[in-house]
Amino acid sequence: MPSVTLLGQAVIAGVLIGGLYGLLAAGLSLSWGLLKYINVSYFALAFLSAYLTYQFGTFNGIAPWWSAVILVPAFFLLGVLQHWTFMRLRVTELTSLVVTFGLAVLIESLIQWIWTADFRKYESGFSGLTSKIGPFFVPTLDFLALVSATILAIATWSWLRWTYVGKALRAAAMDPEMASAFGIDHRRLSFLLSGICSAYAAVAGIFIALIATLAPSEIGTWIGVAFAVVIIGGVGNPLGALLAGILIGFAESVTMAVTQPAWAPLVSFTILIVLLLWKPRWT
Amino acid sequence: MAKYMIRPSRRAVLSSLAAASLVSAGRRVYAAPAPIRVGCTLALTGPLAQTALVHKLAAEIFVADINKHGGLLGRSVEYVLYDDQSRADQTRSLYEKLITVDNVDLIMAPYATAATLAAISVAQRYGKIIIYSSMAQVYLATYDRAFPASHGGPHPEISNPKVILDAWASTPHPPQSIAIAASKFPSALFEAKGVRDLAQKRGIKVAFYLEYDFPSRDMNPIAARFKDANADLVWLGCLGVEANQLIEAMTKIDYKPPRSFYLFPASGPLASAPGGEGATAFSNYEEHPPMDKFKGADVLIPAFHERAKAAGMPYTRVDFQAATEFAAWQMLAAAAQATSSLDDAKMADWLKHHQVETVVGKLRFNEEFNCGDDLSKVKQVQKGKWQVVWPVAFRQPGTTFIAP
Repeated sequence: MPSVTLLGQAVIAGVLIGGLYGLLAAGLSLSWGLLKYINVSYFALAFLSAYLTYQFGTFNGIAPWWSAVILVPAFFLLGVLQHWTFMRLRVTELTSLVVTFGLAVLIESLIQWIWTADFRKYESGFSGLTSKIGPFFVPTLDFLALVSATILAIATWSWLRWTYVGKALRAAAMDPEMASAFGIDHRRLSFLLSGICSAYAAVAGIFIALIATLAPSEIGTWIGVAFAVVIIGGVGNPLGALLAGILIGFAESVTMAVTQPAWAPLVSFTILIVLLLWKPRWT
Repeated sequence: MAKYMIRPSRRAVLSSLAAASLVSAGRRVYAAPAPIRVGCTLALTGPLAQTALVHKLAAEIFVADINKHGGLLGRSVEYVLYDDQSRADQTRSLYEKLITVDNVDLIMAPYATAATLAAISVAQRYGKIIIYSSMAQVYLATYDRAFPASHGGPHPEISNPKVILDAWASTPHPPQSIAIAASKFPSALFEAKGVRDLAQKRGIKVAFYLEYDFPSRDMNPIAARFKDANADLVWLGCLGVEANQLIEAMTKIDYKPPRSFYLFPASGPLASAPGGEGATAFSNYEEHPPMDKFKGADVLIPAFHERAKAAGMPYTRVDFQAATEFAAWQMLAAAAQATSSLDDAKMADWLKHHQVETVVGKLRFNEEFNCGDDLSKVKQVQKGKWQVVWPVAFRQPGTTFIAP
């Protein structure tokens, strides 16, 4: 039987990694649900942001919070530019998967070209920071990632739910023609949303740089779980993505703590299949 | 347009033709012999690219050096390299292309087990000799012209764990318990099972034996399990950066195991990791005495430092990956030179009956699966650098095995 300490630590680890899953999946979820683009390139953008954070911190002495000040607006503009290109090229929901996959490969190659395939670790000096609560340890950076993910998810969800712009975006996603008839300029609003999705990737990347060791090929390891998170959380729902991220993180972590760790992906994808069969209202 | 055209005289045309034929005749007489083309693929992209880059540099260093000294059999050597994208299916097609389209004279194996097996199957179809530098499961290479440069003996699942446990048994307080977690990567699992079985035979308590998915995203729960088990020795059957991930995860929960072993870590990141001091790993070569005097080390070490730095690699020291790749090329060259031919059958036959002095030591190939001695060693991070600590004969003078 696993000890209480082990179980508790596994729960903490799972919930915290769930924050990172939620951050990574939020852009894809919003883009898929409201822009009708299945944008796989957000994973590569997140890693580009991570590498830039590493570069700024390691070689230019720029603290990660200053990197955020630079990267979040820069990636917002990148998202706007990406959306403009997609609109010019008349990318559809189906073709977006192929186009953005190609874009992800291009970004991965660019990362490899600049920083090589070798592993990179941003020694920020914060990675060892932890808080002790009873017998349990809470890593500070992982906790900050969860807090950031929660704040961003609630803010984005509230914005979509209660502001005019948010309602307009949701209306346009549900019925573009009817929304246009009510004077909603979906095209203009979609630039804003695309920028936000990329900005999410930038934030996720900053935390990846602080928490993980970087390699270009690591991009692929997050795609499967992020898709599961988006589908479980419901497309176009940032809060759902966060909660689903925490659910998956929790399930995987507890599985790894009490059984063979190799079963962890099996558990998370079983949850996905069960939810797809059950079809609860939020999915 | 016509008014700007110059009409050449008949004399000029004839003299040009005569000059051209003289030049081409001269070329036929004095042209250097065609280079020996050696074909290979490496995982230049994809999840194995970090280590494959090390193999690429080592191979390039060997080729540049042999060409600097007159080439092989009086011919220069040309390295024909393709990117197999870390995919075995791609590797198979590319080796077909190397042999049938590029018509290379010789082939070398790619990096990692799956790709190596794919290349061996093609080599077997065409009767080519193939020397591989990165496959632990030598029993899978049943082709009689496949030769290992990565020497772990014919049964590394028995001999490698013995080296590791012998190393720890030599310390003042040998471990009484061991906790094992291994990546579900064939060579890692294979070694992990060997360690588990040998530990049980020696009466060392196996606290747990776990397998995790490759590549791993999250090592935090595994770190929690290691802490909970509190075994004397943490043994991780890892690849690449997983060792760093585990150390970071253990640091977060304030746990540093008294003893730790990492199977195939990324040498640079682990040596420089804040919690990496004292960590041990598998090796067969590190660039310090006595190994820095082995054949070819004087060429490999300085050139590797230079090229690795130029390639932007953070860790520029020669470790067993670079050394084994270099040794593979030394084997190929030795067989060609000794037989004065590029005939695959002759070269393979020669290797089976002779020993080759290489940068990793003297290799022989006269046992099962063309293997020889197990040259495995245990290395340890000491002041940010790897030092071989076992067997004692390969320790740098003045170095000790730091252990409880």
